[in-house]
Amino acid sequence: MVKKIRVLIAKPGLDGHDRGAKVVARALRDAGMEVIYTGLHQTADMVVQTAIQEDVDVVGLSLLSGAHMTLFIDVLELIKDRKMDDVLVIGGGIVPEGDVLKLKEAGMKGVFGPGTSIEEMVDFIKENVRK
Amino acid sequence: MSELAERVLSGDPRAIARLISYSEDGDPRGAEEMKVIHPKAGNAYVIGVTGVMGAGKSTLVCEMARELRRRGKTVGIVAVDPTSPFSGGALLGDRIRMNELVSDEGIFIRSMGTRGMLGGLASAVFDAVEILDASGKDVVIVETVGVGQAEVDIIKIADTTMVVLVPGLGDSIQTIKAGIMEIADIFVVNKADRPGIERTVAELESLIDLSHGPGIRRVPVLQTTAKDSKGVTELLDEVNAHEAYIRSSGRFDERRKARYQAELVEIIRKRLMTLIFDEDKFKGRIESLLERIQQKEMDPYSAAEEILAKLLK
Amino acid sequence: MYDRKKLEGIAKKRKEWESTCYVPLKEKAPEVRERFQNLSWTDLKAVYGPDDIQGFDYIKDSGFPGEFPYLRGVHSTMYRGKTWTMRQFAGFGTAEETNKRYKYLLEHGETGLSVAFDYPTLYGYDTDHPLARGEFGKCGVAISSLKDMELLFKDIPVDKVTTSMTINGPAPIVWGFYIANADNRGIPRSRIGGTIQNDILKEYIAQKSFIFPPEPSMRLIVDTFEFGSKEVPRWNTISISGYHIREAGSTAVQELAFTLADGFEYVRWAVARGLRIDDFAPRLSFFFNAHNDFFEEIAKYRAARRIWARGMKEMGAKKERSLLMRFHTQTAGVSLTAQQPEVNLVRVALQAMAAVLGGTQSLHTNSMDEALALPSEKAVRLALRTQQVIEEETGVTGTIDPLGGSYYVEWLTDRMEEEALRYFDKIEKLGGMLPAIEKGFFQREIAEASYKFQREIESGKRITVGVNKYKMNEPVEIPLLEMDKEGERVQFERLRKLRKDRDGPKLEKALKRLRKAAEGTENTMPFILDCVHAYGTLGEICGVFREVFGEYKEPAIF
Repeated sequence: MVKKIRVLIAKPGLDGHDRGAKVVARALRDAGMEVIYTGLHQTADMVVQTAIQEDVDVVGLSLLSGAHMTLFIDVLELIKDRKMDDVLVIGGGIVPEGDVLKLKEAGMKGVFGPGTSIEEMVDFIKENVRK
Repeated sequence: MSELAERVLSGDPRAIARLISYSEDGDPRGAEEMKVIHPKAGNAYVIGVTGVMGAGKSTLVCEMARELRRRGKTVGIVAVDPTSPFSGGALLGDRIRMNELVSDEGIFIRSMGTRGMLGGLASAVFDAVEILDASGKDVVIVETVGVGQAEVDIIKIADTTMVVLVPGLGDSIQTIKAGIMEIADIFVVNKADRPGIERTVAELESLIDLSHGPGIRRVPVLQTTAKDSKGVTELLDEVNAHEAYIRSSGRFDERRKARYQAELVEIIRKRLMTLIFDEDKFKGRIESLLERIQQKEMDPYSAAEEILAKLLK
Repeated sequence: MYDRKKLEGIAKKRKEWESTCYVPLKEKAPEVRERFQNLSWTDLKAVYGPDDIQGFDYIKDSGFPGEFPYLRGVHSTMYRGKTWTMRQFAGFGTAEETNKRYKYLLEHGETGLSVAFDYPTLYGYDTDHPLARGEFGKCGVAISSLKDMELLFKDIPVDKVTTSMTINGPAPIVWGFYIANADNRGIPRSRIGGTIQNDILKEYIAQKSFIFPPEPSMRLIVDTFEFGSKEVPRWNTISISGYHIREAGSTAVQELAFTLADGFEYVRWAVARGLRIDDFAPRLSFFFNAHNDFFEEIAKYRAARRIWARGMKEMGAKKERSLLMRFHTQTAGVSLTAQQPEVNLVRVALQAMAAVLGGTQSLHTNSMDEALALPSEKAVRLALRTQQVIEEETGVTGTIDPLGGSYYVEWLTDRMEEEALRYFDKIEKLGGMLPAIEKGFFQREIAEASYKFQREIESGKRITVGVNKYKMNEPVEIPLLEMDKEGERVQFERLRKLRKDRDGPKLEKALKRLRKAAEGTENTMPFILDCVHAYGTLGEICGVFREVFGEYKEPAIF
């Protein structure tokens, strides 16, 4: 039996900066994970529906527009509503310190800012993913 | 009845998703649930979609799903993409083309990586189709990239198989010659608004002429422009016609039987492989046999016989 | 430039120098890096000489500033005659808040305005559209109607200050707001000046804020070319942008090649429509990135001017102004770090210096806190001061193209031009720009480069100070911008009131006529302006195009 880590990389909102999301998607693939990429302009509902159908272990949200306090929270709340408590939710983007704390309170396990190394992210996922 | 199987049969997306994962991972919990589900499956019509890279298959599948929904059908989609042979990971991007289907509860989409040979891709796809079928989906569409042997195997699941091409891709006709001709029930030339469409269709028709004999259904060539939703209605009408044809000619049952045969072989193969390559008692032995083969102290045939003898004892 | 005999002598001397001086020393004391490569992975020699630019013909390949092929600059006096325009990209929250920021910048010596719009505006949605949720005013100012545009430029002399607007998919509509605002203030259209970005090709390639499929988008762009050349002659109707291509992770060579390929594609479409090249080409402008590799950036700007001038001449341009590549530059946002953010001031200064030495016409310098949040007032002021120091204190403005004739820079300029031309060939083989976009060629090239770069950062092969070397663990102390929390509500209310108070039937009629024009082949600009004057919102007007043209979906490329 080979359990593979399945990760959903999603870009909520209207922000089109997908360089980071794509680099991370590729890097996680190269770390042996199965990465589902949904493309741009995802609503919270789309993210959660996809996470359910794909039975992912990790949901990675990427956003650089600054709308994270609305859009990340929307996803986190839906995930909580659906009681998907075994899904690891992480986020990346330009997130000020104060917001990081609030996001963590809302259930986001990791928030990665600019300059985060991919190794760091891979390790974080491997350590925190449901076993 | 087990709780997970029960939830699958009631159409619960999370249960469907989880059971597919069990199957992909070779989790023993999966087999037990599959036993419960089997009697309830067999009602969904299965469409296989394969073809060259960049043919617009995902867009076409998306448009087909939309049209099927308009016709009142529920749809399951299994989108298979290759796993990287180097890392064992995969980038599954087919959903990008299917975003508009996500919020429709009558549609369930699952992306799958081909994973390794030992993972038994085909059997996971068989299971995924059976699970979606048992969960009540009227139609299940299986989409695979490329036209390699693995894809040909997967496509055995389908009741109707379409091979998708695009105009102007010089090699695409060549690819067909290389072996996919036989599996196509319908040829689709997508991106029909592109230059070169007439030539591609003509080349295909003359290829079909070569293999077409009296008394056999002639494989039709349809044109679509999926991005503008053009030709999709006609395509699904053709699928219906093909279904009527195979049902009336007895080929439907033959195909289903072939599917289960393939699945049976696949399950046995997978179990055997697991038994031989994953179990500890064999691992050390295989290493030492390999060593001996390399040193010319033994040949691979004798080694295989030794392993099988041990296994059957 | 040199005769054969002398060159042979130089080449011989180089061999001698290498074998007797350079290599022995290198073997004794190994160099600090195994390979010296620039940001485009071009291997660099230790030193360049006349033998590296053997074919260089000064009159043909360089010329003096303001002379074909404009390698050394587009004006013969350059910064001695006129300093570059200091144009800081700014916008956030409501039109009122941004209006205040503009006045602040102008007071501190800024000489041109540059509008950043928020995401809903960039996608042609009104602030109260469901997909706009959470995005209001975040990455720029929200402009949903002419009303907002009026507030944005309240008490700003739009007949004197030029304005650049970073808007693409809905560019004709937002430009319509600007023109209508001038109309209403009684300023003739011939007296307003500025730029709309309006570069949709790079959106498909890199920036991803596209709305419609390529063909109708190109048609709208040619509509603005045609309308602008007749009605708003001082307006640059496009800013062909490499900036975003670079930010998405391309190399400098790719930025150069893809941007110019885009530029020539616009010209082809406009000519195909029947426009005379010399009528619209003088209003084409460009926009480049200023990244970290100092000399490569300078060579890039120089090569760009020369490729453009030669290409335009080949395409039949006669007027001198049609051959000039005028460009705006912005320092590389992607090079900014969240760690030790003050260091960004240094990066920005060096990048800005490259842009100036490369002969830019206008410049935006990034603020040091942009990897953390929207820039604060103080950070923006420091960024502007950086430009002022370069202008007033460093003395670099006195001599035009001071690096012209540097063996290294001329060699690199030639080489980048060659590589760009090679990319042009590849694009042609793929069937041209639009087929190459549909096949994901550019997207794949960029994804490859950005992934390779990231891998090199990870492995420590490339260094970012403060990120993978010289790290510090100290809390970041940068004051962040606080936005008006009531802004979104104010904007909702304004939209509600606007929709209630305007002349509904008049707008309906205007929208209907616009739809007909969109379905046909007429120039859409006059119809857009009618809708704008009737206070149609951005979402309503863009909605007409969405219905007629459909929306674009990108191919999946990693």
